[in-house]
Amino acid sequence: MSTTAVQSSAPADQVPVDTTPAGRGRRRGERGLAGSLTSHGILIVASLIALFPIAWLVYLSLGPDKDDYLHPEDILGKMTLDNYSFVLQHTPFFDWLWSTVVVSLGTTVIGVLVAATTGYAVSRMRFPGYKKFMWVLLVTQMFPVAVLMVPMYEILSELQLIDNYLGLILVYCSTAVPYCAWLLKGYFDTIPFEIDEAGRVDGLSPFGTFARLILPLAKPGLAVAAFYSFITAFGEVAFASTFMLSDTKYTFAVGLQSFVSEHDAQRNLMAATAVLVAIPVSAFFYLVQKNLVTGLTAGGTKG
Amino acid sequence: MTVVIDRATGKRRGDRAPRPGPLQRLKHSYQRYWYAYAMIAPVVVVLGVLVLYPLVRGIYLTFTDANSLNSARTIGVNHIDATYKFIGLDNYADILWGPTAYDRFWSHFIWTIVWTALCVLLHYAIGLGLALLLNQKLRGRTFYRLILVLPWAVPTFVTVFGWRFMLADGGVINSVLDTLHLPSPLWLEDSFWQRTAAIMVNTWCGVPFMMVSLLGGLQSIDGALYEAAEMDGANAWQRFRHVTLPGLRSVSSTVVLLGVIWTFNQFAIIFLLFGDTAPDAQILVTWAYYLGFGQQPRDYAQSAAYGVLLLSILIVFTSVYRRWLARNEQQLAI
Repeated sequence: MSTTAVQSSAPADQVPVDTTPAGRGRRRGERGLAGSLTSHGILIVASLIALFPIAWLVYLSLGPDKDDYLHPEDILGKMTLDNYSFVLQHTPFFDWLWSTVVVSLGTTVIGVLVAATTGYAVSRMRFPGYKKFMWVLLVTQMFPVAVLMVPMYEILSELQLIDNYLGLILVYCSTAVPYCAWLLKGYFDTIPFEIDEAGRVDGLSPFGTFARLILPLAKPGLAVAAFYSFITAFGEVAFASTFMLSDTKYTFAVGLQSFVSEHDAQRNLMAATAVLVAIPVSAFFYLVQKNLVTGLTAGGTKG
Repeated sequence: MTVVIDRATGKRRGDRAPRPGPLQRLKHSYQRYWYAYAMIAPVVVVLGVLVLYPLVRGIYLTFTDANSLNSARTIGVNHIDATYKFIGLDNYADILWGPTAYDRFWSHFIWTIVWTALCVLLHYAIGLGLALLLNQKLRGRTFYRLILVLPWAVPTFVTVFGWRFMLADGGVINSVLDTLHLPSPLWLEDSFWQRTAAIMVNTWCGVPFMMVSLLGGLQSIDGALYEAAEMDGANAWQRFRHVTLPGLRSVSSTVVLLGVIWTFNQFAIIFLLFGDTAPDAQILVTWAYYLGFGQQPRDYAQSAAYGVLLLSILIVFTSVYRRWLARNEQQLAI
């Protein structure tokens, strides 16, 4: 519509200019009609598959009865937000929110603070033991939950830290700290080394260079590392399910399970809670998602 | 790992001049590198306390017969001391070739390998396909991209419950299959379909990461290479085979390694999808968790031994993988 309008109103001598690329045969990245229809077709199907389970969850959360998920067609007639108001008023939703935020934020703050100087050191300096240290950082990231869970459980029991926020934060830090160090190294690597040299020439110590020059430049990187550790702690299931015992201290990942593991399965409330949890996290994720990947595979894309 | 050259001096690591005695060497390295060590100290301390100490303790536990009945515990005000004893390598022997070792370990081991291989293959293939589609000049490509990363954006523990509603007997998937007069399997009860469902859900969750990373890789390939290939008369397949794939090598080797580690360790999906109800669909990680925390009495020693075995498998895999990459003159981004 708009293109025809533009063309008809445009001076006659400009029309050929607009149409030349089309007349020159296809360029790279442009397909024939059939090709582009196929592309669109596949992408639409893939998008539907990606979207459907989540849309379905939202839809089910609007049905008032706990067995509505078996008769989804009935929900249309009786859509209501009752589930949401019930979850917010009569379940420990806000307790869970509090626990989740305390644990995730605690992990994030400790993770980023502890890892920042290390990320810088391994990005800029090659010291004896460098390779071994990097190897240790890599290995700690692939610890299966089963390795540390038993001893952690023992240790935390001895310290009376089971069912305690601090205990869970400490457990999460065992993965968040090396993880942040990796991510930050990737980011520091993208900051030109000349800046460090300029700092040294001006008589700054390595610590001064880091604190005064590099750290302010690395704010986006710090944000990404922070977000990543936040999201990891937020979504962790295994440790949280085992170490948090009282239902007011559950994180969301545990609290959601409690809807079905009780004697009756309140699936409608579960769906509503799931949606309430998902919305802010996903919204935030979209804000930073581009940087997430760059952080993880930065070295890779640079070649 | 990525760069072995000291960027401060431009010297290569490794060709140091012959050094005097060890004490001198220590002093020298202290003077030269003390700030580096000071900077990594926080992480070293944290890792020592939070990873190394529990790890050592966990390894010690695998040499004992610890379970929840003989470990130290506090009941009310009474503290009961631990009474488990050292039994050497018995746990490992029992897991690997004890009676019914096949059912307890090897069947899960095989399933874990199949699970990891299939999932990573599907993640990579679908991710690459979608990335290629998104890398064209296409109307609405940003829109598609935003929708396609949705499974990554929503926390896994949320989406798994969505899938559980859909896969339940009488849930939407089976209703649709019924209307189409197709067989409607018991996704959450029958062991073959449980495995299929687990792979399906994990594929759904894992594709976006691969897609976005590979798309980044595709966009960093120099367009001139394609033009040159086209000049030389290469068709679309040849361009893909000889320009795209080599251009993606470094990203691919990194994301595949990450994919293998994450899938091998994937706990949340299987645990939340089936709970304790699917002994056959448990991969080693969830099985180890079940032994240690899902049953009574809790078998701490065996669970920890599984953990150590799992970690060893991953370390061996990663080392071999990196050797193999190095032999093919590739580097890992991480």
